[in-house]
Amino acid sequence: MPPDTLHERITDYANRADPYPLYAELRENGVTRQADGSYLVGAYHDIAALLHDPRISSDSRNRTDPNTVPPLRRGGRPAAFIGFDDPEHDRLRRIAMRPFGPPHSPRRIDGLRAEIGRISDELIDGLRDRGRFDVVEDFAHPLPVTVICRLLGVPHEDVPRIRAWTNEIIASLDLSPGKARESREDAGLEARQAIGTYLGDLADKRRDDPSDDMLSALVHDSGPDGHLTRRELMATATLLLIAGHETTVNLITNGVLTLLRRPDALRRLRENPGLMPGAVEELLRYEPPVHLLPQRTPLTDVEVSGVTVPRGSPLVLVLASGNRDPLRFDAPDRFDPTREDNQHFGFGGGVHSCFGAPLARLETQLALRALLPRLEGFRLSEDPPPYRHSPILRGPRHLRVERASGT
Amino acid sequence: MSSDPRSDLRSGRVVIVGASLAGLRAAETLRDEGFVGSLTLVGEETQPPYDRPPLSKQVLLGRTGAADVGLPGRREIHADWRLGVRAERVDRVGRRVVLAGGERLPFDRLLIATGTRARPWPNAAEARLDGVLTLRTSEDAAALTARLDAGPRRVLVIGAGFTGSEIASACRERGLEVTVAERGPSPLVGALGGTLGAFAAGLQRAHGVDLRCGVTVTALTGRHGQLTGAEFSDGGRIEADVAVVALGAVRNTEWLAGSGLAAGPRGVACDAGCRAFDMYGIVTDDVFVAGDVARFPHPLFEYQMLALEHWGNAVAQAEVAAHNMVSTGPDRRPHLAVPAFWSSQFGLNIKSVGVPTFSDRLVIAQGSVREGRLVAVYGYRGRITAAVSVNRAKWLEHYRHLIETAAPFPPGRGAADRPESAEPVPSDVPDPRLLTHGPTVALTGHLPDRRLTMVRRPSPPTVAGRP
Repeated sequence: MPPDTLHERITDYANRADPYPLYAELRENGVTRQADGSYLVGAYHDIAALLHDPRISSDSRNRTDPNTVPPLRRGGRPAAFIGFDDPEHDRLRRIAMRPFGPPHSPRRIDGLRAEIGRISDELIDGLRDRGRFDVVEDFAHPLPVTVICRLLGVPHEDVPRIRAWTNEIIASLDLSPGKARESREDAGLEARQAIGTYLGDLADKRRDDPSDDMLSALVHDSGPDGHLTRRELMATATLLLIAGHETTVNLITNGVLTLLRRPDALRRLRENPGLMPGAVEELLRYEPPVHLLPQRTPLTDVEVSGVTVPRGSPLVLVLASGNRDPLRFDAPDRFDPTREDNQHFGFGGGVHSCFGAPLARLETQLALRALLPRLEGFRLSEDPPPYRHSPILRGPRHLRVERASGT
Repeated sequence: MSSDPRSDLRSGRVVIVGASLAGLRAAETLRDEGFVGSLTLVGEETQPPYDRPPLSKQVLLGRTGAADVGLPGRREIHADWRLGVRAERVDRVGRRVVLAGGERLPFDRLLIATGTRARPWPNAAEARLDGVLTLRTSEDAAALTARLDAGPRRVLVIGAGFTGSEIASACRERGLEVTVAERGPSPLVGALGGTLGAFAAGLQRAHGVDLRCGVTVTALTGRHGQLTGAEFSDGGRIEADVAVVALGAVRNTEWLAGSGLAAGPRGVACDAGCRAFDMYGIVTDDVFVAGDVARFPHPLFEYQMLALEHWGNAVAQAEVAAHNMVSTGPDRRPHLAVPAFWSSQFGLNIKSVGVPTFSDRLVIAQGSVREGRLVAVYGYRGRITAAVSVNRAKWLEHYRHLIETAAPFPPGRGAADRPESAEPVPSDVPDPRLLTHGPTVALTGHLPDRRLTMVRRPSPPTVAGRP
């Protein structure tokens, strides 16, 4: 098939369960202008260079064709740091990092270790005596959502509302065209407004009644960069809340799926949990939760492997393709929990590299470690499982497992 | 012959002199590469290998103990550790390292990784005053931290290179009064040139450092053996309870004086594969060099011999040296890594790639000097040779690639956060001799050894060297 339809085919839901052959085709064809005007990049070294290239903007308002600007950024709506360039990106991210990680809060993530262990143990206790369950509904979703709510200071009883809003927002990120697109976009904007207001109100309450959560810290502690405005706070807290669990749900679920497909690797990890950190890195390479970065735009004409990508064009970095590039990784289609020199794009790279990476790593390591013993004698009820719609945040919608007969 | 030449190299006796970062990483790489012979590590310090960068940062701030910076081992190395003992000389003909006390360690291959030591205060009597310190070892860091804990009324830092600046930063963070004396026009100017030197001067003053540039310390004064203060070349004088001598490093090469190797004050010269040169410029095949003590040719910098006091270089060069110790011919690898280092001081992260002193011009490619966030790009004769970031380290990967590919200077337009005016200016790198402190990156010319002198043995009485 013609290479200029790759973007269309990759985003086509029919290919969600196995997009990897398309990625191989992409790497073979090099950087290609797509029929829709975007440029797709799938080779590891090209992606690595572009992630660090200061001429590549993450602010989609730099697009020449206004139709390629996501509705979220039209009409001057506020964005979180993920959609800004330096220096604005850096200021917002630094303020958000103050209560989250080093140098000001070096122990915040590690301090969650016991809590994460307790939550996952509780969830696993609930699976006792069950011959079948859904890894997503019963484990991989509730764990990270509970953790991020605890971290930010969102009351647990509001989780169902958060989940409904999140689903609308994720659905609105879907790039696939069609008449449903507009209504998806409207619903997404509405949900974003609602969740932002909800978080803004929550932060207001913390002004008078501070707690040890991140929302309290964001309204109370200030460094040399000052405080976030209310609009900035709403956008930032929304990003932290959604990105802080959606991706981890996929990572944990992809992990269970990958291991249930490979009983040898599963047994090895169960017997030697010390391999878990390396296995999670390999998972981030092999089945990453974020498959592509669709929002980049060159600020000037940029040459990528001999192809000039014009200023203002939509530039799509297919991270999951770079992760399978044989020019970078030996036997890239093999899942190897002990792989060395594994500098994957599971967390992106460059100035926008994943803010929550340390939390995602810790959660997934602890989650899989706790869940693996429970999976003994279980198998996938269906393979491939049903996938969620998004080609960007790719992962199973459900992952049903059942006790194998005769065990 | 059918036997694999590598199999011979995987056995035998390897001696590594220098048991710090480079020595340890080389030993680990040797084992990784299948070396099964005997491995001996000789170190003058009594402690097992430890990490030095935190000594001028977290340790001085009391966040980490000076004894708690041990380097984690990457693997078991099954080595014979000889710690707390000096290597006195090397006998290249007999292939032996002679230790203090006379013990001889025979070797088939030798790795020299003896690093550097702190340059002492030149006046020995003043250097002996109580309160006069240097900072290089963990023992030094423990002693300095204890002095800072005692709450001195004023600390004098002599030399405003990276170490001196980091010490001054730690003092201010502790709320201590500090005076910094530097003969050059500004701090860090020797490593980063005029623009960032001026920035560093502003930074220090904004943090309350009593910064005195263009002066030398003419005397350290004392009473009853105790430091009381200092006098400066401009007639000024201060009272101080502690003086930290941060004049840079001296390479530990004296023990090689009679070895016939190309070893001198600027380091031990080696080829791109870490093999040492002898004094005639002939490359050896059984003596290797890595880390701060090495001088090696680098193609990105016109094959000038580089001497780098960088953490990353010690690791990378040790790995190449170890690989080449067990490899032959085309299997050997060159050490081509682009130099890189970092510093944290006064709340900022400063990181450098390439060699900023190998430059004639500089441009602020991103950010703003005034706002303390920037990437400065350095060029030499129209190509990019270095980049330095302040709180912008994540961009450097891009500029490293430009350095590696000798991309044209100034870099093209279109970068995010580009300053209003991005006109190149002279990089203003001073002659290193003007500075108080020695350079941490030294371009040491093209010759393997300038110590070489003609030695003739005519029939009448021997005349060695020049008059």
